[in-house]
Amino acid sequence: MTLLAFDWAFIIEKLILIVIIVLTTLLITLYTTFGERKVAAILQDRPGPNRAGPFGLLQPLADGLKLIMKEEIIPDASSRWLFIIGPGLAMTASLMTCAVIPWSTDLHLFGRTIALQVADVNIGILYIFAVVSMGVYGIMIGGWASNNKFSLMSALRAASQAISYEIAMGLALIALLMTTGTLSLKTIVEDQTAGHWWNIVYQPLGFVIFFICAMAECNRTPFDLPEAENELNFGYHQEYSSMKLGFYLFAEYVNMIMSSAIMASMYFGGYDLPFFDESTVAPNIAAMIGLGTLLIKIVLFVFLFMWIRWTIPRFRYDQLMNLGWKKMIPLALFNMLLTGALILSKL
Amino acid sequence: MQALTNKSIAVNRSPMTFWERMYLINIIKGMMITFSHMFKKQPTVRYPEQKREFSPVFRGLHVLNRDEEGRENCTACGLCAVACPAEAITMEAAERLEGEEHLYKEEKYAAKYEINMLRCIFCGLCEEACPKDAIYLSETFAPANYTRKGFIYDKNDLLIPNTLTDANALAKAKGVEA
Repeated sequence: MTLLAFDWAFIIEKLILIVIIVLTTLLITLYTTFGERKVAAILQDRPGPNRAGPFGLLQPLADGLKLIMKEEIIPDASSRWLFIIGPGLAMTASLMTCAVIPWSTDLHLFGRTIALQVADVNIGILYIFAVVSMGVYGIMIGGWASNNKFSLMSALRAASQAISYEIAMGLALIALLMTTGTLSLKTIVEDQTAGHWWNIVYQPLGFVIFFICAMAECNRTPFDLPEAENELNFGYHQEYSSMKLGFYLFAEYVNMIMSSAIMASMYFGGYDLPFFDESTVAPNIAAMIGLGTLLIKIVLFVFLFMWIRWTIPRFRYDQLMNLGWKKMIPLALFNMLLTGALILSKL
Repeated sequence: MQALTNKSIAVNRSPMTFWERMYLINIIKGMMITFSHMFKKQPTVRYPEQKREFSPVFRGLHVLNRDEEGRENCTACGLCAVACPAEAITMEAAERLEGEEHLYKEEKYAAKYEINMLRCIFCGLCEEACPKDAIYLSETFAPANYTRKGFIYDKNDLLIPNTLTDANALAKAKGVEA
């Protein structure tokens, strides 16, 4: 299967993998919106959506259909092309993250070894950081192109918030990288599987910082200042309608799933099922078990996100900045120093 | 000041301790509270399938009553219309003709009897004013409608079904309304 110096089977395999991952991510996202509403309802002693289909399971389809059927409005005063690019960019940036997430161990099919990871690049974490920062552009461009003061304010907030918290996030990660000694997500996960402790044991403080920053990066409550309805009407997607609005809302949930997957991979052993020796079962079954484990971990994290959202009220803007710059960054620096000192003392 | 109930709690204004300023512990406490709500009984009444019972004194839609022979009780005296504080009732009287004795109880009857359910305040004064036991407030309420006109209920809507001509009429009417 080599033609023109390409291994075509490899390319086809990766293409199929990409399509499957993107489609599954979108499907899961669809149901995350449903989950959000259900979790919110249950935490507030309500039944939640329960009319469309059994247990309301068809509700996300109805929501999606409604979004698609809505009239598409592009304001006259907006910068037309940027207005259209904005949601696409936000969505692309959030979906691109899934390229380096190791979903499970290798599958063995048709005499090939198929890695359940689109690209095992040795700078996986740097790549994630690069892509996550790109997500700000989608919000920024959308908010600016709307030519609406509220959207602009919201976009500025989103950008400053994302930049502020990315620093602490990066510093928390540096401490993790000092213990793992690699940037490849696959290697990080593998290091945690084979009879070793998960990284959360070595980096509890780092995880807390990373988790809080991830919440801020995803614009989730209590850090949802860009969407503070009572201050900014609707936030950066105020002028958007139809599926463009849907893309923005979707991108937020994709971000949430992706950051859950990253946190699970980096701190909670990724596809590693604890107290279970994968080598005792066939490799394909082990891969499926690993995939299921990772998905369960993702769901738990997503639930945690939602649980926090429906518990804590929103921060004020100065509180947000105080927390980011005066608490998170010094704490992350301290964590880094502590990790460094511990590693040095062990040498 | 003496407290009226033992429910009030004095606000603690002492400066926050280190752990309180950490905020994380209090967040976890709050999250435990929301988590405990997952297991609470939902007070929701799932409406179309499940209905709350009305109180025994509930005053709902009006019915025009019949006597035991299936004849209309109403004589169009107009006392209900006079008693109505919302002026929701209008009627036109007519004289009972020969051969209509099985339809109307007395010589005079209401040819037209309308209640505007948008005006009606369901006070039940018409029920009290009626000397002929002709009007009663039932246990159902007016369903939603698309037009204001749809809320003006005429005699066909108000008359209680005649159980002598159709034994199941009452059950049917209840089934539709219930």
